[in-house]
Amino acid sequence: MSPDLPEPADVSDGPWHLRLYVAGQSPKSLDAFANLKAICEQHLPGQYEIEIVDLVENPTQASTDEILAVPTLVRRLPPPSRKIIGNLADTERVLGYLRLPGRGQR
Amino acid sequence: MAAATASNNGRTAAPAAVLPELQKTPTGISGLDEVTGGGLPSGRPTLVCGPAGCGKTLLAMEFLVRGVTQYGEPGVFVAFEESTDDLVANFASLGFDLAGAEAAGMLVLDHVKVERAEVEETGDWDLEGLFLRLGASIDKVGAKRIVIDTIETLFGAFSNTAILRSELHRLFAWLKERGVTAVVTGERGDGALSRHGIEEYVSDCVIVLDHRVTEQTSTRRLRILKYRGTLHGTNEYPFLIGEDGVSVLPVTTRGLRHHVSADRVSTGVPRLDAMLGDGGFYKGSTVLISGTAGTGKSTIAAQLCDATCESGGRAMYFAFEESQAEIVRNMSSVGIDLQKWVDSGLLQFRCSRPSILGLEAHLLAMQTMVEDFDPAVVVMDPVSDFLRVGTAAEVAAMLMRQVDFLKGRGVTAMFTSLNAENEPARADQQLASLVDAWLHVQSTEGNGEHNRLLYILKSRGMAHSNQIREFLLTSHGIELVDVYVGPQGVLTGSARQAREAKERADGETWLEDLEQQRLLLERRREAVASQTAALWREFEDEADVVERLLKHGSIGTEDRADQRVEQGRMRQADAEALAGDLDLSRSVVR
Repeated sequence: MSPDLPEPADVSDGPWHLRLYVAGQSPKSLDAFANLKAICEQHLPGQYEIEIVDLVENPTQASTDEILAVPTLVRRLPPPSRKIIGNLADTERVLGYLRLPGRGQR
Repeated sequence: MAAATASNNGRTAAPAAVLPELQKTPTGISGLDEVTGGGLPSGRPTLVCGPAGCGKTLLAMEFLVRGVTQYGEPGVFVAFEESTDDLVANFASLGFDLAGAEAAGMLVLDHVKVERAEVEETGDWDLEGLFLRLGASIDKVGAKRIVIDTIETLFGAFSNTAILRSELHRLFAWLKERGVTAVVTGERGDGALSRHGIEEYVSDCVIVLDHRVTEQTSTRRLRILKYRGTLHGTNEYPFLIGEDGVSVLPVTTRGLRHHVSADRVSTGVPRLDAMLGDGGFYKGSTVLISGTAGTGKSTIAAQLCDATCESGGRAMYFAFEESQAEIVRNMSSVGIDLQKWVDSGLLQFRCSRPSILGLEAHLLAMQTMVEDFDPAVVVMDPVSDFLRVGTAAEVAAMLMRQVDFLKGRGVTAMFTSLNAENEPARADQQLASLVDAWLHVQSTEGNGEHNRLLYILKSRGMAHSNQIREFLLTSHGIELVDVYVGPQGVLTGSARQAREAKERADGETWLEDLEQQRLLLERRREAVASQTAALWREFEDEADVVERLLKHGSIGTEDRADQRVEQGRMRQADAEALAGDLDLSRSVVR
């Protein structure tokens, strides 16, 4: 998927700030967190920060951040902001869409 | 009308009779609650669908606003397309204070931005974020009503429609669980109610809006496609977006429940009042005046207005051909001063061309004005002009609603209708059964002049005259005079006058003849008397002779000298007797 994407300029810029919106302890939420953690550990060791927002606890956050689907992962840093929804099971797609440095190293 | 009843009857056999009665949430929208039999199903979603610009958003918003203002039910508006600022601005023009309702904690406006480009999907997901968001809004005000406008926008945001569909299914189930009455809008797609078939999730109530343009006039229509478990009107109902929001105009639901009055409303023409029985039309009745051009229909209407204002009532004149200034001027030429009633505020004119609005818009505009002014008499002059805007059936349907509306308010209505020469207007036939009284004015041609005739074609519940009257426009209004009905038929105008003059002249001649005959008779009597006297004299003479001969015969011949003397004496006596006999004969003749 997307092998011809231009190599991003911000690949090595840290730190990576990722925010994951979940709804309680649902299986999809737990899956998404586990998948994200694995990807980051492998490709961004020591350069990332994952923030978990539980919409069940903060329902108003859903409207301020325009979140409809869960789980939603938002790349807050580096800019520009990007969104990806789903349980992040497809590592390749996650890497490609978030333009994580790991993808370029493969 | 019949169709609606039939299908309604068909439905009564269905579970409605068995199940506990469905709870309904009144919309507060004019007419919609009548059509739906009380409102939308409580605690269930209703789909409102239609093409772009048909008024879906407005209908949905009004449902919320009326809920807040009339029923004290808080609401949530979830907008997928318009920003909340736009919504507030758009609905301010309709007098809906959305910001105020929001500040009062009765309304939540929530704009859900849907972006497609930046979102990537990988693996399983759900719409829990949206659910939580809606839940938060509902909880914030304790909403009983919610509008989702337009949820199909989501189909543009997510590529995995399989997940989306199952999530929508879950959403509607969730809304039901929450017990909120929901209105969901959907844009009409090709051959389907909505582009993405969301009607399959909303099975309780589906309302279809439509927007059609015929002959440059647009008409919005509303139809209840389905309403599970309840009776509802099945017709297409015209609806309007007016200054106060949506108005649905149920054609058949007004029913015939007017109050009836035995009070009379004077026509302002004493002879016409007399023709109608006892002092004019019934109050609250509907009168049609048909006639060809220039027969004085408007004058009759103006006279009615004049009489109404004279008695202190208010009158409203809807004119579709002439301006107020023209009508006032024209009526002053026949001695009807309408200007003074306009000045005193008892008479209002509303002049407009029928073609500026659709039939329904005219109807709503007129009804709004009537509600504001509250007149005792309403004139529509002429209703036949509406045939330019709609078909005869449409015009009749519109007028039927107008009649029902006016009767419901006890307003006496006068419609004029312009007929083509020798042919009653098409609308008249449809109107005939609708009106209570029908006056026809026609002009007859003859002797190089036109004369107006008026007669009452029908007048319900009145002992009315069935005679034709000649109708005169004088410098002091309308006058009705008897027509001359003779061997040559009905005569009017100068022919009637000539005939009357001839009759008068004929009468004089006849009197002279009589006098002459009397004189002739007198002379004849004198002649007969003198002849009788002559005959009597002759007879006396003969009798005298015969008596004398008889006397001679009995005495003999001895005393002839004595007899001569006696004879001479007798003659003397005869002369006297003769004089007495003459008197006698005279008295006999007499």
